[in-house]
Amino acid sequence: MAGTPLDLQLLNLCAALLLLLSFAMLAQRRIVTLVNLLAVQGVLLLVATLLLAWRTGQNHLYISAALTLGLKVILLPWLLHRLIRRLQVYWDTEPLLNISGTMLVGLLVVVFAFGLAQPISALASTATRSAIGIAVAVILLSFLTMITRRKATSQVVGFLSMENGLFFGAMSATYGMPMIVEFGVALDVLVAVLVLGIFFFQIREQFDSLDLHHLESLKENRPTSSRQPSEGGH
Amino acid sequence: MEFLLLLGSPLAGSLVLGAFGARRWAPELNVAISLATFLAACALTARVIGAGNLVVAHEQFFIDPFNVFLVALTAFVGLTTSLFSRPYMRVEMEHGRINSRRLRLYHSMYQLFMTTMLIALTTNNMGLLWVAMEAATLSTVLLVTLYRTPASLEAGWKYFILCGVGIAQALFGTILLYFAAEKILGAEGVSALLWTHLDAVKGQLEPAVLSLAFVFLLVGYGTKVGLAPLHNWLPDAHAEGPTPISAVLSGLLLNVAIYAVVRCKVLVEGSLQSSLPSQMLMGFGLLSVVLAAFFLWRQRDIKRLFAYSSIEHMGIITFAFGMGGAVANFAALLHMTVHSLTKSAIFFAVGHAAQKAGSQLIEDIRGLITLSPTIGWGLMMGSLAILGMPPFGVFASEFLILTTAMKEQPWATPILLAALGVAFAAIFGRVQPMVFGETTAKRLPHPPALLPVFTHLAIVLALGIYVPPYLADWYRAAARLIGGE
Repeated sequence: MAGTPLDLQLLNLCAALLLLLSFAMLAQRRIVTLVNLLAVQGVLLLVATLLLAWRTGQNHLYISAALTLGLKVILLPWLLHRLIRRLQVYWDTEPLLNISGTMLVGLLVVVFAFGLAQPISALASTATRSAIGIAVAVILLSFLTMITRRKATSQVVGFLSMENGLFFGAMSATYGMPMIVEFGVALDVLVAVLVLGIFFFQIREQFDSLDLHHLESLKENRPTSSRQPSEGGH
Repeated sequence: MEFLLLLGSPLAGSLVLGAFGARRWAPELNVAISLATFLAACALTARVIGAGNLVVAHEQFFIDPFNVFLVALTAFVGLTTSLFSRPYMRVEMEHGRINSRRLRLYHSMYQLFMTTMLIALTTNNMGLLWVAMEAATLSTVLLVTLYRTPASLEAGWKYFILCGVGIAQALFGTILLYFAAEKILGAEGVSALLWTHLDAVKGQLEPAVLSLAFVFLLVGYGTKVGLAPLHNWLPDAHAEGPTPISAVLSGLLLNVAIYAVVRCKVLVEGSLQSSLPSQMLMGFGLLSVVLAAFFLWRQRDIKRLFAYSSIEHMGIITFAFGMGGAVANFAALLHMTVHSLTKSAIFFAVGHAAQKAGSQLIEDIRGLITLSPTIGWGLMMGSLAILGMPPFGVFASEFLILTTAMKEQPWATPILLAALGVAFAAIFGRVQPMVFGETTAKRLPHPPALLPVFTHLAIVLALGIYVPPYLADWYRAAARLIGGE
């Protein structure tokens, strides 16, 4: 890559590491490590945003970097760690598809993602257009993580990682969304995690476990659950 | 001013009810706040009819005939639902299904949900639209799980994950839209995501990017509309949450999601100059109608039954918007109105009936007509209305949609007619014994609120017989906006 400026090389390095990280998340079964990987993903996003802000001189990118630092590097991982400690779920059970199978599907997903991003990259005028394919790949790999996991916490990590992928995509295609939208999205993500925290305690109170196979009983012809308690009234 | 009151009163109400939502007078306060919102919506409507489109807050919000009609409808159903929920939630308290903390949560989130829907309807910014739609999901997740039963937790989880993933697709679509727009409008100003600006330059937007964006936007917002095959969350969320929430989810949230899809379609169609968006809408719409009609046969829970009926009607509306053109758009808007009114009326009646019988199962609810004739007749008339029986408004809109389909898309007409027939047999066969069979039900401690049921049905009936000229003009103006020349 002779002739490419150093900051751009670093940006591409960040993008490549993000992709690698998505694969690591796909394979990781220890939930604490999964949350740590999510935090690392946040750090990489932060570095990429700062590099891009410095390179393009767009001031709003500094604000969005601050938002990334506060929310994705510090607050969300902290909340998730606290949740894990209090719920005491440390390991996900065997994923629905075994690790090597998941990896193979993941590779195909990446090829598909680059194909999908091709027309967008061709039209983009940003310095980071080559990273759009990686962003799409991160989104799809996170989706795959969500599909193959059984524990609610791992699915949420997948969901947040998907949001990171979307953020990276917006950054590499257009240098970020308008500020008001970014604030809104960040607020939604934060509220989502808080709501889920409450929700997990409800699930646990009810089932004494966070394993989602308990949550697979609502089928078309199983009406017992909708019977209301008949006590009370007159 | 009216606009500030419109968004401000439910938002402030949500905060106040967050603090005092468990007091004895909280249900009345909830009604009062909804009334304030409704009055603001009326004032806003009068202003838009009189003075034309309204743009507020640095163009971040705008009101035109299309969204002001939905704002008025949303505020009205919000008001009647709060009237219905007053005795309903008190009975739930006395049955011991919720405690005072959950009642507080319910009241606070109800108003927050109204706020997010009104923001989604009035915003001019496609990014804010996304944010408000996601916030609408988040504010209702904890309401779906209000009873903390295993089934409601499952429904809430499904609702959160499916809608969350779905709406993430819509965010990607929005990013692509911004990507295409900033080439024309420039990234420096914040105008590149404003719908009015996008609409002005839609002919110059890059078609390749926009068609890709539309796929993501349709899948994303389509999940919230409940279009098959992305409808899985909808019956569960409707059946397991408290009935007032089923009524607003079905009557209002689905409309707001369709509104988002239609706004996107207008932009993409202008850029593509092809029929791809129309065909996708028609395809998804038809698939939903057919699938829902057949799933109706398998339902044993009354709220699930009507949830599937909502999927069917959302399919019809989507199909009509897909056909496009002045008549079809007019019919789709009319159908949105009458479906929303009828379906929420049905849920009100069903809610009281289920409380009386102590069960949501169809086989447990029998003979409503003997014990409580008004609920019985409300449910019967609501069901006949939603099935498209002639004097009601649903007949008028379905008739318009079907005749347009015969002219524009003849191949689809037999499919639609067959699905409507199947749905008729399924719903009527189940509701008839509920109303006229032998009774087992008991008295309720609080008299049910039947005014909302009959108000809604009366409006639907009136719309079926006679659409007043100013209302027709209003629908036509909205239909023109969506691109029916």
